[in-house]
Amino acid sequence: MRITCPICGERDRREFYYVGDAVLLERPDPEAGEAAWDDYLHNRDNPAGDTRDLWSHEGGCGAWVVVTRNTVTHEVLATELASDVAADLREARP
Amino acid sequence: MAELIAKTPCAGLLPLEGGAVAVTEVVPEAMTLMAPFNGREAAFSDALKDAHGMATPAPKRATGREGARAVWFGRGQVMLIGARAQTALAGHAAQTDQSDAWAAVRIAGDDAEAVLARLVPMDLRQRVFKRGHTARTLLGHMTTSITRVGDDAFMILVFRSMAETLVHELQTAMKGVAGRRGA
Repeated sequence: MRITCPICGERDRREFYYVGDAVLLERPDPEAGEAAWDDYLHNRDNPAGDTRDLWSHEGGCGAWVVVTRNTVTHEVLATELASDVAADLREARP
Repeated sequence: MAELIAKTPCAGLLPLEGGAVAVTEVVPEAMTLMAPFNGREAAFSDALKDAHGMATPAPKRATGREGARAVWFGRGQVMLIGARAQTALAGHAAQTDQSDAWAAVRIAGDDAEAVLARLVPMDLRQRVFKRGHTARTLLGHMTTSITRVGDDAFMILVFRSMAETLVHELQTAMKGVAGRRGA
């Protein structure tokens, strides 16, 4: 598997470390209530298909990358800098 | 009182020669990691130009020359290698003295690319990785910084504690390449 780091370009998978579902970037408001926090901390989808993960390019530039990939075909569909995704989320927040 | 003797990271390990490749230790006078503060990137680049005669390198690039280089070192980081960082840079970037933290070697020769191809999971051929290009990547299991410093020469940096592993990995790859050439 090869992942395209938005900074370094296409690199081998072994340079990257898997961190978890990209939902981690959408931390709820501290006052959002128990249900929202329970969901954020513990509940994850397990799709057979497209999924968005956070990967760390630890053997490279050190960037956090949001990787959209398909769990069935192992195809990597898109990569974005997590900092860009997080900035967009902050902007979209009311 | 004990008399302390300064040893370089690769003391007793290098130089190494085999086939069409030679590995020698590089001992920069100083190494300083610079992380420009948010919004100060342009001011930092100007200060670096004034103080050391080289601009901030773009990602995956190195500026300067033998003796004083600025090497891109990952996201938002530049390693100043060789020259001692001047005080004019203070205020523009967070600086860390890492002079004794890295083992630096130079690998040169016709087969330098072939040796590194056995160890590094990225394309380092001249066609795509030219002089002045640099990369943070892996060498074996070690994180490393690799910069092309000549048509057939690279500078490799790994953590000082990995110096012996680095030399061992290079030696094994050099033997392999030389063996194939002899066949």
